[in-house]
Amino acid sequence: MKTRLLGAVAALALVAACSSTDQNAAATGAGGTIRPGSQEDLVANVGDRVFFDFDRSSIRADQRPVLQRQAEWMGRYADVRVQVEGHADERGTREYNLALGQRRANSARDVLVASGVNGARISTISYGKDRPAALGSDEAAWAQNRRAVTVVQ
Amino acid sequence: MNPASPFAPTRRLVLLGAGAGLVAPGILATPLPAAAQAPQGAVIDVTRARTDPIPVAIPDLAGAGDAARVGRDIARVIQTNLRNSGLFRPVDRQAFIQTPEAAAQTPRFQDWRVIGAQALVTGRVEQRGDGLRVEFRLWDVLPETQLQGTAFTAPSANWRRIAHLISDVIYERLLGEKGYFDTRVVYVSETGPRDRRTRRLAIMDQDGENNRFLTDGRFAALSPRFHPSADRIAFMSYQDRGQPRVVLFDIGSGSQQVLGNFPGMTLSPRFSPDGRSVLLSATRGGDANIYIVDLGSRRERQLTSGGGLDVSPCFSPDGTQIVFNSDRGGDQQLYVMDAGGGNVRRISFGNGRYATPVWSPRGDLIAFTRIGRGGFAIGVMRPDGSGERILSEGWAMEGPTFAPNGRVLMFYRESRATDSRGGGYSARIVSIDIAGFNERPIPTPTDATDPAWSPLLS
Repeated sequence: MKTRLLGAVAALALVAACSSTDQNAAATGAGGTIRPGSQEDLVANVGDRVFFDFDRSSIRADQRPVLQRQAEWMGRYADVRVQVEGHADERGTREYNLALGQRRANSARDVLVASGVNGARISTISYGKDRPAALGSDEAAWAQNRRAVTVVQ
Repeated sequence: MNPASPFAPTRRLVLLGAGAGLVAPGILATPLPAAAQAPQGAVIDVTRARTDPIPVAIPDLAGAGDAARVGRDIARVIQTNLRNSGLFRPVDRQAFIQTPEAAAQTPRFQDWRVIGAQALVTGRVEQRGDGLRVEFRLWDVLPETQLQGTAFTAPSANWRRIAHLISDVIYERLLGEKGYFDTRVVYVSETGPRDRRTRRLAIMDQDGENNRFLTDGRFAALSPRFHPSADRIAFMSYQDRGQPRVVLFDIGSGSQQVLGNFPGMTLSPRFSPDGRSVLLSATRGGDANIYIVDLGSRRERQLTSGGGLDVSPCFSPDGTQIVFNSDRGGDQQLYVMDAGGGNVRRISFGNGRYATPVWSPRGDLIAFTRIGRGGFAIGVMRPDGSGERILSEGWAMEGPTFAPNGRVLMFYRESRATDSRGGGYSARIVSIDIAGFNERPIPTPTDATDPAWSPLLS
């Protein structure tokens, strides 16, 4: 229940972060003050998710900096543990997409580890196509849903 | 436990008239022979019935007082079963000349001949305390012979079960092969907005009746599959904390048990035809491979290896081969391998990606989901990949499951969301004849996905 709530806040905060600088987002984030090392902090000041191409699980060049920033951020908050959630869009079958989501989560995890994060601090999980972030049935929604989201535990 | 031995031969012999016996817990069947009993043998085959459905008259079973109501209910269930199969055409009741009561005494065949009935079902219901005695006879109208006569005694609560058993006898006697009406379907019931769905296991009769929930929805349930004995299910469950797992579920007691000891996620379970082991896919790092877990020793054995996502394995009914879904060649295709994991060959070569293969219980076909540019499709092909036929196409559909006689598939169909909040989305189970006609929705109280058809229950 807790992670679900954070996820909803994170999605809102992501929209805010797109249209403002990191500092502004931090200042205006949900509820005013943001606790350093929290999910809200990650969302507002770092970015909690990376996106994937259709049926692919390799980290795109334009997404890699997000994971590198996440790794630096985890370096700053050494007691933070995260779970990387892998997701897929709805244009695939359920079981295959569960495996695809797992592979995406694992790809993101690999970059975090390669960027210096101790692997023991990172778990992964897949929800396949069963927890979309965007609910439409079009390419814009699917692009939002092919994602790996880093969630502070 | 062993699906092949205890019930199937008994049921067949009893229902087709060899002697009295239990056909299901609490349901006793006794043959009702007649002077003019026709020899065994099919009246018409399935292929002909598809284009020319058999006209069958099903008057209410006769009875007094409450028994009359039960007789009417049983007749309606039989009529719906037969009509929904697409292979029978129930004759309009308004055309009936002889009364059900009189027909139950002695059919006046000319009255049924003139209204076009080729087969006639008659019967009588008596209430005996908490139980029922249901007499049923199936007649061949032209030669005026009895094809079948059986009396069932059972607790009153089992009246639907009796209606399904009678439907199966009619199907088998007229078409020469087993029916699929005395079966259940387990599926995933879905409620709530799509980004926060509650996914519970539910079970229903094949016609959508007697729906009930098996799990409470605290943890999402996916991919349920029946054990060949129909008393257990394997499914994938999101656990309290940590990785989703394949779980064994006992329908009677509701007890759950995680299967195997894997470091990653386990998914897409499928029982072996002998019920002694479970195929599943297990992830390690970014890969997914297929394993078989022995239910006795709980030992696991890896069947596929290497980079790639290998999921959705399914045994051939003779247990010698396994079909599965893999992206090892670049995108999702279907592969068949020997049961030990060797001799892997790709069988799908059409346009698009292929997924969710299931082997027909008859052994002759593999049903699949195909994902193309325009949309999704459900189809069948022979186990060597030849003879591909698409049965149904649409925006999104997947997850075919065969009726135990291999003549009908269920799968689920999703409609496209029409706005950015997911409005207009729905998920529904449908059934379709494997010849690609007679697609019809199965009624469920909620959105429904991942159907799995049980074997015959008795």
